[in-house]
Amino acid sequence: MLSERWNDVEGGFHPASAPDYLPVERLREVQLRRLRAVVTRAYDNVDLFRARMGERGLTPADIRTLDDIAQLPFTVKVDLRDTYPFGLFASPMGEIVRLHASSGTTGKPIVVAYTRDDLNVWAEVMTRTFAACGLHRGDIVQNAFGYGLFTGGLGAHYGAEALGATVIPVSGGNTERQLMVMKDFNVSAVCATPSYFIHVIERANDMGLDLRELPLHTGIFGAEPWSEEMRRRIQDGAGIRAYDIYGLSEIIGPGVGSECEHQDGLHIFEDHFYPEIIDPETGAVLPDGEEGELVLTTLSKQAMPIIRYRTRDITRIITETCACGRSLRRIRRVGRRSDDMFIIRGVNVFPSQVEAALLAVEGTLPHYQIILTRDHGLDQMAVEVEVTPEVFSDKVRALEDVRAELAKAIEQIIGIRVALRLVEPRTIARSEGKAKRVIDKRAI
Amino acid sequence: MKLQQLSVFLENRPGHLAEPLALLSREGINILSLSLADTSDFGILRMIVRDWERAAQVLKADDWVVKLTEVVAVDVEDRPGGLAEVLQAAGKAELKIEYMYAFSLRRNHRAALIFRFEEPDRAIDALSAAGCHVIEAEALFAAVE
Repeated sequence: MLSERWNDVEGGFHPASAPDYLPVERLREVQLRRLRAVVTRAYDNVDLFRARMGERGLTPADIRTLDDIAQLPFTVKVDLRDTYPFGLFASPMGEIVRLHASSGTTGKPIVVAYTRDDLNVWAEVMTRTFAACGLHRGDIVQNAFGYGLFTGGLGAHYGAEALGATVIPVSGGNTERQLMVMKDFNVSAVCATPSYFIHVIERANDMGLDLRELPLHTGIFGAEPWSEEMRRRIQDGAGIRAYDIYGLSEIIGPGVGSECEHQDGLHIFEDHFYPEIIDPETGAVLPDGEEGELVLTTLSKQAMPIIRYRTRDITRIITETCACGRSLRRIRRVGRRSDDMFIIRGVNVFPSQVEAALLAVEGTLPHYQIILTRDHGLDQMAVEVEVTPEVFSDKVRALEDVRAELAKAIEQIIGIRVALRLVEPRTIARSEGKAKRVIDKRAI
Repeated sequence: MKLQQLSVFLENRPGHLAEPLALLSREGINILSLSLADTSDFGILRMIVRDWERAAQVLKADDWVVKLTEVVAVDVEDRPGGLAEVLQAAGKAELKIEYMYAFSLRRNHRAALIFRFEEPDRAIDALSAAGCHVIEAEALFAAVE
């Protein structure tokens, strides 16, 4: 009996998880009904969307099947900037109960809005996320995602509360206090960015604290791409299961997708967020299984419905069904973003290629930054790498060797000479715990 | 017989040497001796500190990359030729020296030579056998009180 399973909190099930197990045909019916409603809502209330539909000669009545979504115009990040701050809202302010904003480092941030129903959906998908990661009532969750305009902190907060877990809203930073809380409050699960949590593990080691001896059993990580190598390091170093979650403010925040106990791809909560994979060059929809750019449509958002948002995240939809029994389709973990790609001297370079080289040399991924400059018309690429205790030496020659080895590894992968600089720890800027990977200073 | 040396990674930028030193001074940690190795991009600050465990902790807590290395201190007379004799003994024993630095002790016209040997244990045996005075950490710290 499904209803009994949901109440079996020991198994990590929760009533909110019911839609995870809908039969596929039923799920598609729900999606089509919601798609038609959201397109109508955006058409009636958002000038930009109505104008773009008009250019194509479309009205909401043209959406008869799920495949008809391919006719609809895309939404891109620039649209959110151009309509700053409230231009894409589809609800009057009297119905909007929350605003968040991205911590934009260039120009204006983007603003996103939620009605009461939107917040309920957000809490629901985050509850389903935590349940999929094996948490339940009784877990003590240390939420180290940043609280504030960033969606991470509050998104995870309300989801964990709705699950019935005990939430500690510690927010990001202050690593020694994080460790004190983790130890003294018998924390069983932690939410953080993976790079920050690796820093937490290192600090714990420095302090002689073995996280593997604490009750901590689960980590929920998101907000930046991370590798399987980083997962192994977190799982071994802290003695936990480390899960990847996916989300973006433009769609809702965290809660768009989550791994389950099999840690093999992320289930998209597609009863609320409809996924497509497109060819980033042509915009054509690709069949499930092919790699391309993830496009998402909010099926139930009221305050700010977003139709066919181009995430710039490169992934593919997994065609096999998951052993966990969820009917929700999975995407592969996002390893790279199409807009992080840059072109230098005619060569396409992804930061993930640089990461692979750094990983190969150091064994773990250090904090790094790529800086592009133009000198007398010639593009130059510099990589700054924070020195870690593992590679640091008291001997100049040993450090020079590390630097040369890192530069050579990168050059071999991307085929371009790079200037590699070793820099002090914590000198590469992080925003909300995320590192900005590419700084392009070339004047185009 | 060995001594713990603290090394700190520094970027080669104006003002960067002052930061870790100011931190140690605020903590009341006195530095017996230091040496600086540098390239155009980065430097390595090496220090001999009595309370090296606390110094390492303080620096790490402030996000400096710190490494502890075993070095050997040799006590010589502070006169012409004092260093040369030790280097000759090291040469005879074919000891590889990564780097070294020296400082004057306040008492008895003596100086301390700090050596980073590739093989510190063999170096201690060879230098002691050659009549050099390898000085223990405690005796070294006492000599500068």
